[in-house]
Amino acid sequence: MLKLIILAPLVGATILGLFGKKMNERLIGIIACSSVAISALTAFYTVFGVLLSAAPGPDGVRRVSEHVMSWMRIGGISITDFGYVVDPLSGIMVLFVTGVGFLIHVFATGYMHGDESFYRFFAYLNLFMFMMLNLILGDNFLLMFVGWEGVGLCSYLLIGYYFLKKEAGDAAKKAFIANRVGDFGVVLGVLLIFFKCGSINFQKVMAWAATQPMETLGMSAVMAGGLTTIALLLFIGATGKSAQIPLYVWLPDAMAGPTPVSALIHAATMVTAGVYMVVRCNAIFTKAPSALLVVAIIGGLTAFFAATIGIAQWDIKKVLAYSTVSQLGYMFLACGVGAYAAAIFHVMTHAFFKALLFLGSGSVIHGMHHEQDMRYMGALKKYMKATYWTMTAGWLAICGIPIFAGFFSKDEILWKTFSTTALPAPFPMILWGLASLTALLTAVYMTRLMTVTFDGAERYDQKPAHHDDHGHGHGHDDHGHGHGHAFKPHESPLSMVVPLAVLAVLSVFGGLVGVPHILGGKIGVHNYFEEFLEPVIAVGHQVPGEHGAAPAGGHGTTAPAGEHTAAAPAAHAPATPAAPAAHAPAETHSEGLEFGLMGLSVVLGVTGILLGKAFFGKNPLWQPPTLLEAKYYVDEIYEAAIIKPIENVSREGLWKIVDVKIVDGAVNGAGRLVAGLGDTLRYLQSGFSRTYAAFIFVGAVLLIGYFFINKP
Amino acid sequence: MDFLKPNLLLLLTLLPTVAAVLLILAQKFAGAGEEGMRRIALGSTVVIFLLSLPLIGWYDDPALTMNLPWIDAIGARFHLGVDGMSLWLVLLTTLTMPIAVLSGWTSVEKRVREYLVFMLLLETGMIGVFVSMDMILFYLFWEVVLVPMYFLIGVWGGERRIYAAVKFFLYTVVGSLLMLAAMISLYFIHGKATGNYTFDIVVLTKALGSSSILTLETQKWLFLAFALAFMIKVPLFPLHTWLPDAHVEAPTAGSVILAAVLLKMGTYGLMRFNLPLFPEASHYYATPIFVLAVIGIVYGALVAMVQPDVKKLVAYSSVSHLGFVVLGIFSFTDKGLEGALYQMLNHGVSTGALFLFIGFIYERRHTRQISEFGGLATPMPVYSTLFVITCLASAGLPLLNGFVGEFLILLGAFFSTQHVAFTAIAATGMILSAVYLLWMLQRVVFGEVTNPKNAKLQDLNTRELVVIAPLIILMVVMGVAPNLFLDRSHKAVEEVRKVVDKTPAAPAPVESQPTHLGATH
Repeated sequence: MLKLIILAPLVGATILGLFGKKMNERLIGIIACSSVAISALTAFYTVFGVLLSAAPGPDGVRRVSEHVMSWMRIGGISITDFGYVVDPLSGIMVLFVTGVGFLIHVFATGYMHGDESFYRFFAYLNLFMFMMLNLILGDNFLLMFVGWEGVGLCSYLLIGYYFLKKEAGDAAKKAFIANRVGDFGVVLGVLLIFFKCGSINFQKVMAWAATQPMETLGMSAVMAGGLTTIALLLFIGATGKSAQIPLYVWLPDAMAGPTPVSALIHAATMVTAGVYMVVRCNAIFTKAPSALLVVAIIGGLTAFFAATIGIAQWDIKKVLAYSTVSQLGYMFLACGVGAYAAAIFHVMTHAFFKALLFLGSGSVIHGMHHEQDMRYMGALKKYMKATYWTMTAGWLAICGIPIFAGFFSKDEILWKTFSTTALPAPFPMILWGLASLTALLTAVYMTRLMTVTFDGAERYDQKPAHHDDHGHGHGHDDHGHGHGHAFKPHESPLSMVVPLAVLAVLSVFGGLVGVPHILGGKIGVHNYFEEFLEPVIAVGHQVPGEHGAAPAGGHGTTAPAGEHTAAAPAAHAPATPAAPAAHAPAETHSEGLEFGLMGLSVVLGVTGILLGKAFFGKNPLWQPPTLLEAKYYVDEIYEAAIIKPIENVSREGLWKIVDVKIVDGAVNGAGRLVAGLGDTLRYLQSGFSRTYAAFIFVGAVLLIGYFFINKP
Repeated sequence: MDFLKPNLLLLLTLLPTVAAVLLILAQKFAGAGEEGMRRIALGSTVVIFLLSLPLIGWYDDPALTMNLPWIDAIGARFHLGVDGMSLWLVLLTTLTMPIAVLSGWTSVEKRVREYLVFMLLLETGMIGVFVSMDMILFYLFWEVVLVPMYFLIGVWGGERRIYAAVKFFLYTVVGSLLMLAAMISLYFIHGKATGNYTFDIVVLTKALGSSSILTLETQKWLFLAFALAFMIKVPLFPLHTWLPDAHVEAPTAGSVILAAVLLKMGTYGLMRFNLPLFPEASHYYATPIFVLAVIGIVYGALVAMVQPDVKKLVAYSSVSHLGFVVLGIFSFTDKGLEGALYQMLNHGVSTGALFLFIGFIYERRHTRQISEFGGLATPMPVYSTLFVITCLASAGLPLLNGFVGEFLILLGAFFSTQHVAFTAIAATGMILSAVYLLWMLQRVVFGEVTNPKNAKLQDLNTRELVVIAPLIILMVVMGVAPNLFLDRSHKAVEEVRKVVDKTPAAPAPVESQPTHLGATH
């Protein structure tokens, strides 16, 4: 069963890669979409038909697992396997990855229409699905790493899809290398896990981590080679894949890829892999307070930092890219404060509304004949009604307006940040402040995007002359529409609008699966999402034997888990009915506060929207501060401080001095010395065949003679 | 079968030479032209490859071993054998040869007969090195390899071929003479102590690995003499400077063989001789060698990154990759040693393929300067796709071969008694290999065609596809199903490990077959 989920897209990719060149667009589209549809349907059946009715294992987690074969075996002991598992965490991931993935495939059949290597695009896209599914369904670290690097590869191929464009090639390379820097951390982390635990199977590692003592906060734990070290090494990988400080720089450039790719890979699925990994390893992170602190700070800072850049970008996709970086920061902030369920919840709702926003921007770009600069848009509401209204749903969702999906998940993160005991004071307050400020900024930049694009005056013909060459230079990127002056934007075809509509519905209602207890509890609506996910997260908090094994404060560290431990094993078994009861007491005392903060975050969102409307409605072409528009010059700093020095030292120092002057100098000197002794070198060079034969002959004679003299 | 099995190793070793003789006769007496000679060479290397396949089933079978008296006066024997360590290297050799012959089908035009004869002699030497179980025999084949390669570079090479050939020759000869001296001393020391004067590798390994015949002081000297020969061959930093020159000047087939097989003679030697014969000295020198290996990994990658010549780039990348192999060997762990052996094969497959790809475009453009290319994906899509796959394999992308070797080696290094920082620095090789390969790809394959000379290049023809296809398939098979290889080499590697790593086998990791909890489908 799980094999089918994994292999269907691989089969699709293989067929398209080998034979796609001779197929027409229709057939290619059918193969590509149906392979993902098979995965999606099988995944839905697996989760709803099998997983929900499966008996929980001894650790309280329901699992559907499948072992294919050993991958690497040393002396009969398998180090890593092709083994797959669906549990609540990978179940949620697989549902939205295949679901959103399918919608984006359908959208792409419209968006990529007329592209000359249509088949190549879908072969890559299917391959991506295969790798992503390995990432989330793999039952051990190395198989996850297969997917991890594999999605990086597909990202590389798809960012560089328009390979004739230099910036696409540059961006692709940058993405791969930034990811590789992160992967370096993952590999070391996995090695350390294997060394410490003797296995890299998730279930075994997490069970082992749960038996480990709580580590301390501080540098000594970081360097100790224990759980804190492991957690931080893994997190290095997460900063690469999920575009966090300091490795986020590749994601905005990655927008050089076709827009469906930006939606699928660089918003909804791949970039959330880092969050998935941290949540998957929550048993490790929970025991490592230093790591949690780092994760929370990096997440909070990235969220804020990226939002400030997002305000100052003109390319509609760049705005969304920085928005993605910022939202991913929220997810890590959630992880850092121990609110793992909230992190995954936000991963899911973000997948809905950000995929929607990206596809919407794709529809806009398509309608604008491949114009991405918002300065030359405006008033599109008139021409693209469906796109406008669906995008509005995504806009309100990301701003955190109540009922919309983003509201529940973002509010959950803000509240958990405020109320966490996992971090020492004053970090919760500072991070909460930062995250709230970011919420305001988010509403502002998203409103700017919507207003500048859809409202105001038409600015289609204000493009400076040199930009008009666009159509010729990148002909492949164009659908053959001329980039004429007096053109009318047009609405996109149904294949594009329908996925937008579905995602819009999900962006509006998708959050209702995770209504916080404080809102839903009184009317009997559970936080189904959190309850479903809880057993996976609780593994890390089950302290075998005495509860006293962990410091008393350790239990309260993470909000969902802390409550959980109190109800210990009883809450695990039937999972649903007992859990809400366990929640109630822990939260009552702060109910008023939670309500208050929730209100505040809504006020921030609404304020942001109103501010944005008022300001950008009047000044759509407001010139942002150069520092922000230039993204704080981070790329330039990296180039000057890291890349150039390494290149120069390698070329001028290692190669031209160490290799050529020192080592070869010595060798040539020795050669000349030999030559000087008997001019042998020159002799060798002239008549070297005979000389060599003679040389060997003399050597052999000497050897044999030696043995005759020293007869044993 | 009755005849084949006991004589197979002899056949494999001698058949290339027989083919070389046939080829000369065919030209002299049957008037075979260049094409005919090429066919004879190709046909015989293919037959030899097919003949070598049964080894996969027979490799540890004593019936396969050939052990005949040879030079009685000194107790040297004609002892051939194959174990799980040499098995795959023999197969790598027999697979590489037809590919190499076919790769030079049209590009080698001068002295075709001599060229093919040297190639075939080279095969005899290489197979001989891997199947010899007697030191004198091993040394003989070791030297036999040197000669044809020297000529392949010196006669069919590029502009600075003489310089490169002489450099290759001097470097290697210095090492091998020292090795010979060490072999002779070993012979006498062992003979005096046991009364059994022999060069037999199996006997010596048994006797020296588990006794105190050699003092640590003696071990150290002998170790260094052997190690120098092998490390030059590997090549380990800082003994590597012959390699870029040899590669750049060698014809494509020469580079392929050099990369795929010749370098492995060095790492094979380390595993076959240094570790089991001198275990204490191996430990004594492990840290310095670890350091050199780590430097080699990083240094090779950094220097590769800035090369303007694509062949030199790949040559330096070999220094980096072989550094990994040495790292694995001197980890003295089962994972590291098996990873090292596996990485030898991986490097043979993927770097061999890289040199083929460079050969393909060199034949079309007669240049290897990266700046001369750009945008090849447009005129040569098939070439570009396969080239990208090979680069990814070389950069250690999971599900392709390189990853398995690198991961096992890093795991081994991590489990070794060496400082963990070495492993961490070595792992940066993973980042750097992506940097130099992708940067090269971007400048050669992607982007617009900027040089009009590249606009009309022909994509791969059938011959070239046949040459490259087996290697591409192997990259995938070896990446997905390494157990096909690892399982067969385990026993032989474990024997080496047991000698060198006196501690009992590392506690078995928790058995990692998943316990099937919950519903299973």
